Amino acid sequence: MNEKTLKKKKKRLIFRTAMLAVMVGLVVFALISNSKDDKSVVAKGEQAPNFQLERFGSEGETITLSDLEGKGVMLNFWATYCEPCKDEMPYMEELYPKYKEKGVEILAVNLDSTDLVVKRFMDTYDISFPVLRDKNGQVMDLYNIGPIPSTLFISPEGEIVEQVTGALTLSKLEGHLKEIAPEE
Amino acid sequence: MNEITCECGHINPEGTVLCESCGKPIEKNQHIDGNDQKELLNMRYDGSARRSQTYNRTIIDKIWNFFSSVKVGVWLIVLTLIASAVGTILPQEMYIPPNVDAATHYRDQYGLLGQIYYQLGFHNLFSSWWYMLLLAMIGISIVIASIDRFFPLYKTLKKQKPKRHELFMKKQRVFGTTESDQVDVERFKKNLKKNRFKVYEENGHILAEKNRFARWGPYVNHIGLIIFLIGSLLRFVPFFYVDEFVWIREGETAMIPGTDGQYYMKNEEFILETYDESDERFKEAIQKQGGPIPKTYQTDAVIYERTDEFIPGKEPELKEVKTASAKMNHPIKFDDYALYQASYQLNEFKEMTFKIHDKENEDSNYGEFTVDLTNPKSEYELESGHRVVIDSYFPEYEMKDGEPVSVSKYPKNPAFVFHVYPPGETSPETSFLGIGMNIDATGENDYKLGLVNFDVRDVTGLTVKKDFTLPIIGLGGAIFMIGVIQGMYWNHRRIWLQPKENGVWIAGHTNKNWFALRREIDKVIDGTHIQKPVDQYEMKD
Repeated sequence: MNEKTLKKKKKRLIFRTAMLAVMVGLVVFALISNSKDDKSVVAKGEQAPNFQLERFGSEGETITLSDLEGKGVMLNFWATYCEPCKDEMPYMEELYPKYKEKGVEILAVNLDSTDLVVKRFMDTYDISFPVLRDKNGQVMDLYNIGPIPSTLFISPEGEIVEQVTGALTLSKLEGHLKEIAPEE
Repeated sequence: MNEITCECGHINPEGTVLCESCGKPIEKNQHIDGNDQKELLNMRYDGSARRSQTYNRTIIDKIWNFFSSVKVGVWLIVLTLIASAVGTILPQEMYIPPNVDAATHYRDQYGLLGQIYYQLGFHNLFSSWWYMLLLAMIGISIVIASIDRFFPLYKTLKKQKPKRHELFMKKQRVFGTTESDQVDVERFKKNLKKNRFKVYEENGHILAEKNRFARWGPYVNHIGLIIFLIGSLLRFVPFFYVDEFVWIREGETAMIPGTDGQYYMKNEEFILETYDESDERFKEAIQKQGGPIPKTYQTDAVIYERTDEFIPGKEPELKEVKTASAKMNHPIKFDDYALYQASYQLNEFKEMTFKIHDKENEDSNYGEFTVDLTNPKSEYELESGHRVVIDSYFPEYEMKDGEPVSVSKYPKNPAFVFHVYPPGETSPETSFLGIGMNIDATGENDYKLGLVNFDVRDVTGLTVKKDFTLPIIGLGGAIFMIGVIQGMYWNHRRIWLQPKENGVWIAGHTNKNWFALRREIDKVIDGTHIQKPVDQYEMKD
């Protein structure tokens, strides 16, 4: 085998490998882009996307998720017209003071369209944790929320530890809150 | 090591079927193109060494050769064709009614066939991974097969010499011998040039050639196809392609999806015009339709750009960009986006106006108040001194277990519990009001509330589009067509003339349209005493 042929063969192998690599890369890209949903950013193990919402009943006080880094965050999506949402509210209220001390914040993102409805609801249920109004549904879209109630538990590092769709029982709720409490 | 030196002295690469220079069949390679079985030479790719037929050592080579095969390519196309046909047997999921469950819809509508169709995933066939993989493999096959054929063919046609091997001449489809000492070669050359042939000469051997570029047509065509495919692939990249949909109510400002929160739109007004029912021209059609037929849809809108940093949920600071209207086929354009009028919903409740009157007397009036259904106040003071407090508001009211509840946030069926405080009183009268419903809670009320008026508004549905892939797809299509034209409307023709001791040999080859080649040969041998060659292929029949 002379040197020229060897060189040629090597060149050919490099060329073919490169061409195949480029094309396989394109195919993999197409398949992955096609298979994933538009908004699959929100999933267990992913970073929770940031948002900023006004706290209900306050005069322009806003809460930004990124400001809560270092605290565990329970993010609850609810609405007054959703029956199971109402059921879990008292549990959240019951556990809130205890876990607030431990460094867990409860944020209840409300999806109603009118302030009055929410106000009347809060009067009835006497809620002390922050309720945030997501009037145009931007945060709901961001988190790709389908049926409510839907609850996300976010670690102090900002990672989504658990996502629960449907109402929570008191013991389950407490279990998840324990999971995201910062270590002492 | 395996290079082949022809008797003409030319060194050919491994796998060559016909010597690049003189065309002599290389004995040990004749099986490649099946020449050993036939009288005539198979002239495809001019007998050049297609690499796929030669190197097959590493795994990369094996993959490469798999895709290089035209047979494999044809199979891939056939499989894709069958799959595509299957995809049209029943409607795809995107075309079934939006509010039904696909799992049951297919079974209910099409029975067992429908269920099988659904369970095999054929309801989403065209975006399934295996369908895309088939398309991708066709794409890879096109690229590799083209590379493997274009370069050897190009080299061979470049290296060909006018002096051909006798065997090559004899085994051409169009071939003839002339025994005469009067052959007028000069006239032959003149005739060739008159017919726009390029004439090459080597020791009396003549090669006349025209339209070699027609041979590149298929490859140009494939380049176009690849650009086309890459263009459609780029539709997965949001920078190149956005296709979103948004509902915006009249008077509301909403974020335009797909713009990364950079743009907002206010719906000033939605206008729907219908064809005039009293117009003679339309009367019949409208009657057939059984209702009004829309003539124009239009959304008057203001586009805003966000000036602060985008954080989802945060109230934006907006700067007006433009005021414009979106009509059918006349989108609103801003930046690289276009908003197309795509849908609408009419008559959503917006405001309701109530009055207070004596229970017994409908005509009495203690004042009116208007409730904005998207933002009701908790209390309304009337000039007469009456005070109305909204105790409960149900945007879409329903009775559940004897309790009034709302099942959504949209004011589709609004209902209220009102507390009416007559002037000076501290204990209220309670009324429950909804559409077509007016209940006195205790039965002891002195006053009654009545719905005087209501106001509705429309919702517009717009598609948001951004498409940078169209120019790329268009370019691919244009190159595709150029390739087709190049290969279809011109034929590559070659005529060889070889001097013999007493006379000449003539041979001809074309890639298509043999009849025209023979006619052209008739023209160029006119008056040269060269005998008309015969078509050896047709002679066999």
